[in-house]
Amino acid sequence: MSQFFTAAVLTSTVAAGIALATPFLLAALGETLGQRSGVINLGVDGIMLLAAFATYYVALRTDDVLLAILAGMGTGLLMGVVTAAVSVTLKAEQGISGIGVYLFGLGFSDLLFQKLVGTPLPITTPPQVGIPLLDQIPVLGGMFFDQSPLVYLAFLLVPVVAFVLNHTTYGLKIRAAGENPAAADSLGVSVARIRWSTVLLGCTFAGLAGASLLLYDGIFQVNLTQSEGFIAVALVYFGAWRPSGVMAGSLLYGLVGAIILTWKSLGIIPLSGSDLAATAPAVITVLALLFVARRFRQPAALGKPYEREA
Amino acid sequence: MNAQATAPGGALDNPGVPILEMRGITKRFPGVVANDHVDFDVRAGEVHTLFGENGAGKSTLMRVLYGLYHPDEGEIWIGGQRVTIHSPAAAIHHGIGMIHQHFMLVDTLTVAENVALGTRSARGPLTGLDVVSARIRQLSEAYGLRVDPQAFVWQLSVGERQRVEIIKALYRDVAVLVLDEPTAVLTPQEVEDLFTVLRRMARNGRALVFISHKVREVLELSDRITVLRNGRVVGTLPAAKATRARLVEMMVGHQVATEEPPPRGTTGEPTLLVRDLHVRSDRGTEAVRGVSFDVRAGELVGIAGVAGNGQRELAEAIAGLRTPVAGSITVGGIELGGRGPAAARAAGLGYVPEERMRDGVVTEFSVADNLLLVDYRSRAYARFGFLRRGAIRRHCQELVDAFNVKTPSLETPARNLSGGNIQKLIMARELSAHPRVLLVAQPTRGIDVSASLYIHQRLIAQREDGTAILIISEDLDEIMTLSDRILVMYEGTIIGAADPRTTSREEIGMMMAGVHPGTPSAATQPSAVAGASPI
Repeated sequence: MSQFFTAAVLTSTVAAGIALATPFLLAALGETLGQRSGVINLGVDGIMLLAAFATYYVALRTDDVLLAILAGMGTGLLMGVVTAAVSVTLKAEQGISGIGVYLFGLGFSDLLFQKLVGTPLPITTPPQVGIPLLDQIPVLGGMFFDQSPLVYLAFLLVPVVAFVLNHTTYGLKIRAAGENPAAADSLGVSVARIRWSTVLLGCTFAGLAGASLLLYDGIFQVNLTQSEGFIAVALVYFGAWRPSGVMAGSLLYGLVGAIILTWKSLGIIPLSGSDLAATAPAVITVLALLFVARRFRQPAALGKPYEREA
Repeated sequence: MNAQATAPGGALDNPGVPILEMRGITKRFPGVVANDHVDFDVRAGEVHTLFGENGAGKSTLMRVLYGLYHPDEGEIWIGGQRVTIHSPAAAIHHGIGMIHQHFMLVDTLTVAENVALGTRSARGPLTGLDVVSARIRQLSEAYGLRVDPQAFVWQLSVGERQRVEIIKALYRDVAVLVLDEPTAVLTPQEVEDLFTVLRRMARNGRALVFISHKVREVLELSDRITVLRNGRVVGTLPAAKATRARLVEMMVGHQVATEEPPPRGTTGEPTLLVRDLHVRSDRGTEAVRGVSFDVRAGELVGIAGVAGNGQRELAEAIAGLRTPVAGSITVGGIELGGRGPAAARAAGLGYVPEERMRDGVVTEFSVADNLLLVDYRSRAYARFGFLRRGAIRRHCQELVDAFNVKTPSLETPARNLSGGNIQKLIMARELSAHPRVLLVAQPTRGIDVSASLYIHQRLIAQREDGTAILIISEDLDEIMTLSDRILVMYEGTIIGAADPRTTSREEIGMMMAGVHPGTPSAATQPSAVAGASPI
């Protein structure tokens, strides 16, 4: 255990935790936007898989990381159109349609991978970028300010999303649509338009999450996400529908994951127990969820398609 | 006078000319014509009331105006221009505001956020709530609508919520404001305060459409009254020429005898006893907080109060549908608390629930099956688990005839019956079991005048037969007419009791607003009390 508490190991563990948290954070922030407007999207994981594949494929063919990330986001947006059409316009049961999207993403990303790639080759992942001056701070600099650009972007989006939700007219409409869509409708706010916009944004975030995951791993494989998208949905509840809470949940999950990895490599956790240890982030998150989320109310119209009463 | 609170759109220039006209509006729903070539207009500076029974087409007409329904025929003219209104957004654009029967407020948002929602912000993409709050304070001042812009809506009382709705309309500077049954949830004092505000709005040149089926309020507030019946306009008359009898006759289509308070019966032993009852609401808060009372055989006790003061939880606890936290309920000496609805029925309780479509009937069941819901296990109608259809038919036909239930057949699904006939059906079922105690929640809410009268007569007759009757109603007139004794509920307690023959509406209204009977300020300074809970 003593070898864990060295500056170098702690620094790399926290840095890895933050990097691991990034895909969760991006996906959960997007899900937060949708849920605050009243739409549950359970297809996040499938969207992340498709976006991860798109990112991988474009990176493989063009070697252009930026283009690859854009492909991931574009895939998310496209799946957003499908999700919004089904959940908002066609007023489907959101829990069921989301699982449909997930299964489609799981299967279709695998199919494309088999047909278009065949033998997997790693791609060049973007380098970590140190933030000038800040990365010189001892220990903390190495933990926080020597990361991939997508990590900075994800954490920068936290205050941005919070600000949009709480201080803009658009955010006000989102919150009204999620709490009392009839009231929003009676004031001339188009509930469908608001929900379309949040679903498109949220799915684009999910696409970005898939891209960030892929770029972290550097290679695509079947079910690359291992249900991270579902964890992201749970983290929205954990974070009580607030961007800061969602960030806390993502960090908790990422850090526990990184600690387990470090302990495994240091031999603190024996090989025989490693599968069990891999469940720790999920178990801890669920336990925390039990204590945290019960104190907060979910958006009143969450998961309910809006229909003007006849 | 605040300059911005005066006439919008120069409507005051031509006070006699309608600023809004609806011509020949027809709206059909499957199997029913809700509006049949309805003409309706409203002038700046007047209160024009739409009067009629539930289902007469008042709300439909206004939902057409507000863009919630699209009419099958007809035209809408605003300020001399023909317009089409496809959505609430279009209605708002044309200066129309609407206060719906159920408040359209977002509980988790603040007052200022609710007011700002959907409007252009002075701060571009930002909400600019400081600007909104300042304007709200201005409007509050100008109209005497006290409300804190920073408060969350869930913290507000019903009366305050309605003030927020009015401020929403004023903030949008509406030229025409439609109010759909705005008084249903208010205490008599709050109604007075609301009317004061509405009159002030009319004086400032706004046109108000008031939807109501309460004659007293219509006569008090209106300048003109249009009566609707079965989707058609019966007539429009100036309020000065309207009388109570005339309005009711127009509404119902024939003369209706005015309801006399029934003579007081002789009462017997206490049959329903409630002692220190505590009941939780669905949210887990204590909704009934230590209630005790008796109802004697042959006595009719009415529980008055503004909705949401624990009446629903009290009724459900007595009916065995909600387990009390503490306290005791006995019917004829048998303890019921927490033993479920079957035990309550076995002890002799009959229950007519508030949500008659949800809790009173199985809407997909036939009239006959609904009548049998209580008695299906009795020997007379079932043997060895098989229903005896012949006996059931005879029994149900007798009940339908005796209670004047208008139904095409015994096999008609209950959902096809009108509200009044469903209520008669439930009454028939409950009374056929010869209950010792009858609990009726909202006996006539949403029911037409004739059926209401019939149900009242039945209740009186049942009382004469020696049944102990407890009525819970938000309709104070109903409570005053029927009850031998009135109990007023406020925040989960019984704040006072009153004899309807010696107590005025106002005194009961005070209690409904939370003023204890006998409080000196209540008797001497009614204005101070109204100030504590103004609309």
